[in-house]
Amino acid sequence: MHEYTLMELSRLLREREVSSVELVNAFLHRAEQFNDGLNCFISLFPEHALERARAADGLIAAGEAGPLTGLPVAHKDIFCTAGFKTSCASKMLDNFIAPYNATATERIDAAGSVMIGKTNMDEFAMGSSSETSFYGPVRNPWDTDRVPGGSSGGSACAVSARLVPAATATDTGGSIRQPAALCGVTGLKPTYGRVSRYGMIAYASSLDQGGPITQTAQDAAMLLSAMSGYDRRDATSADVKVDNYLDALNKEIKGLKIGLPREYFSAELERPITDALDGALKLFEQAGASIVDIELPHTELSIPVYYVIASAECSSNLSRYDGVRFGHRCTDPGDIMDLFCRSRSEGFGNEVKRRIMTGTYVLSAGYYDAYYLKAQRLRRLLRDEFRAALEQVDVIVTPTTPTAAFPLGSRLDDPVAMYLSDIYTVSVNLAGLPAISIPAGFSHGLPVGMQIIGNYFREAALLNVAHQYQQMTDWHKRMPGGRQ
Amino acid sequence: MQWESVIGLELHVQLATRSKIFSGAANRFGARANTQACAVDLGLPGVLPVANEEVIRMAVKFGLAVDANIAKRSVFARKNYFYPDLPKGYQISQYELPIVSAGRIQIRDNGTVREIGITRAHLEEDAGKSVHEGFPGFTGIDLNRAGAPLIEIVSEPELRSAGEAVAYMKKIHSLVRYLEISDGNMQEGSFRCDANVSVRPEGETRLGTRAEIKNINSFRFVEQAINYEISRQIEHIEAGNEVVQETRLFDPDKNETRSMRTKEEANDYRYFPDPDLPPVVIDEDYIETVREQLPELPEQKRRRFMEAYGLSEYDSGYLVASKDTADYFEAAVTVAPGQAKPVANWIMGELGAALNRDNLGISAGKVSADMLAGLLMRIADGTISNNIAKQVFEAMWQGAGSADDIIEKQGLKQVTDTGEIGRLVDEAIAENSAQVQQYRDSPPEKRAKLIGYFVGQVMKKSRGKANPKQVNELLTERLT
Repeated sequence: MHEYTLMELSRLLREREVSSVELVNAFLHRAEQFNDGLNCFISLFPEHALERARAADGLIAAGEAGPLTGLPVAHKDIFCTAGFKTSCASKMLDNFIAPYNATATERIDAAGSVMIGKTNMDEFAMGSSSETSFYGPVRNPWDTDRVPGGSSGGSACAVSARLVPAATATDTGGSIRQPAALCGVTGLKPTYGRVSRYGMIAYASSLDQGGPITQTAQDAAMLLSAMSGYDRRDATSADVKVDNYLDALNKEIKGLKIGLPREYFSAELERPITDALDGALKLFEQAGASIVDIELPHTELSIPVYYVIASAECSSNLSRYDGVRFGHRCTDPGDIMDLFCRSRSEGFGNEVKRRIMTGTYVLSAGYYDAYYLKAQRLRRLLRDEFRAALEQVDVIVTPTTPTAAFPLGSRLDDPVAMYLSDIYTVSVNLAGLPAISIPAGFSHGLPVGMQIIGNYFREAALLNVAHQYQQMTDWHKRMPGGRQ
Repeated sequence: MQWESVIGLELHVQLATRSKIFSGAANRFGARANTQACAVDLGLPGVLPVANEEVIRMAVKFGLAVDANIAKRSVFARKNYFYPDLPKGYQISQYELPIVSAGRIQIRDNGTVREIGITRAHLEEDAGKSVHEGFPGFTGIDLNRAGAPLIEIVSEPELRSAGEAVAYMKKIHSLVRYLEISDGNMQEGSFRCDANVSVRPEGETRLGTRAEIKNINSFRFVEQAINYEISRQIEHIEAGNEVVQETRLFDPDKNETRSMRTKEEANDYRYFPDPDLPPVVIDEDYIETVREQLPELPEQKRRRFMEAYGLSEYDSGYLVASKDTADYFEAAVTVAPGQAKPVANWIMGELGAALNRDNLGISAGKVSADMLAGLLMRIADGTISNNIAKQVFEAMWQGAGSADDIIEKQGLKQVTDTGEIGRLVDEAIAENSAQVQQYRDSPPEKRAKLIGYFVGQVMKKSRGKANPKQVNELLTERLT
């Protein structure tokens, strides 16, 4: 059962080949069996899931099923779920149960899906390896001594290991696409504003965007259709019509213009990844697409620009965790300063503290112009470069990461090396564009991702290109062997 | 040495919207602690602010009323600091690009008219309240006020005395009430003042080092605090010291200001544009629509009162200073046409005294505009005299009913029957033969004075009800 895609499972449910209760039981069983080794779930909700599954079976029997009715999903533990713990993988929120739902996950639930659990991640989504979690590191199902990527490592790992057919995730600098690449699954970061951020715990508000992690582009289209759309509770959500993403999937790519930024193919890029991309480009050409060289000359600035802006925003966003109203509070505070300081130093992990301090610094009087303002100017420059490129081509193809999954612990003490894992993904967030990472080959037995970047709100076109590629290849069907 | 004081005010005015500035929670005073704070006001994880359009409209209204520039694009920014009653660890405010800038307003102080510049007015959210009573060893937090909409109005440092500062503050207070954008209730904290005060030798053009006195909540305290601060700074400088830039608090019990924190201890607020809120974009059409909805403003009303009712500048200035007073006046004149001057006199006289005595606002007074008009009509048609009218007014204030009811019930109607008055006049003449003789012995120019005695006697006999003009005429006739 677990090898099926979301789309296939949906068909099986509708044709009454399987019940939602059977499906949910099967995935819960796998999740319980493999989570000890992979640590991709922070919480599992068997009772709630089975109750929802029984209700779903009722709806299916009555012919009232919605597009996702009865399908098991998992939500990244950054989305607030009313009545269930939402920890953001931090000690700070280990005791936090939100009294409201995030819009994105609420919409998926409203389409009929069954939440079986919430997935592990880097603390407050800060990290590229899912090792900074208060609940311990997530492991890569292809090699459990390696990281799954991050910050949505739990969601990518769970889908890769087929512990759930699809999961939600969030992406601030690559947090959907990078773990999707490292775990050999499909991950879509939508256009900024496409998916509501309401109830999605903020890391860097101007960059954060929710999206799906799935086996296929088709499954991503199913989830995106349910998650997307304007939300009056999020002033940055876009009042732009939501396309029917599934209907857009069967367009030929003949005549498609694919841009290839030479800046992305530097010496640091692993050889097998270059080879994988070359192979993919050949297939696209065979299908009638043309490859155009484009320039994104300031790409190398994207990492410093990202870390200035993301840190600045997070230093402010995380000020609310002060031990006063919710979350971790230190014992026996001497006075209010002591309460603030100890609650925060006990509640946050090192990477979160590092970014809060960096962000506080770049916003300080005397440094603001040199860091924050300059970063904002460069952000506009990077966005304008993308805009110019996307006037020449339909999509841009790049590697998702410079290397395949790296060993656990290998970059924890070297933040710069860790930050470079996101070199190919962060500029997309700075520009607010949509991008997808799909499996494109292997490097020494580890999955390799290809990133496809599209124009604003053209997720349909993006998903179609990814889907066409997946019609020509079977990388996305490969499952990790190992312990399973 | 002659010193000049330089004062600028920051007024924090709570806007009278139904809901808060960035959430749907009710914006009301006086509810049980923490019952009017939703997830957004509490700063729970993941929730987002959404700007209340009504708040924008109110700010534009204010800007237009003070001839200011309305920004086509203004930006909400975060002011970052930790405080237990500041839920998010930052306050959403406006910093580099406020919605209103470069306005001006006329003030009158001691008969001189001056124009005071308004540097800017920006929108921001209020914080909650720390409650120290009732929690021994702890501090309670009430977040009902967190997220209440404020407009902070910053004047140029152009005020030169505590008196001018109060005149400016009263002018803004009156204006926001006219615009119906705030209830201006100072006890409830809807209208608060921070005063920046410095002194410099007369003739000096550079500004002296200023002290900021925080959170003063009455006109009287503003006057006292500024006067104290001016004297303190002058004494300090004359003793050979330098004024340090600092934040001070006014203690009304001791009538003094005290240092709260110096510049060195000040927070670095690390302002930056709030990424959760897109810039506020306003077009010319919107501004024009708001302009069309502007009510008549105090200056316009003052001019109209002078022209339409023939009132003096002083009278109309008094009436329009508060919108409630102006409305009361117009309501009374509508019922009693042609009585504008008496209505104004009574508002400034008897009614004003009664309101002061019972510490009531004009709309809460016990004599409504209709009732006052009814009373003045009876003076106008000769039913009662001015003196009797005061008696009737007092009875109305005590709740005895309308002027007509009271006149009727207490028999206060003026006596105009010549036969009845003649009888009383004859009585008075008969009972005071000595005075009559004195009168008749006096030359005509002194008689006018002596007749007053007889008028008094007759009025006493009539218990004030005789028509004084008729009494006078009959006495003159019969004493000769």
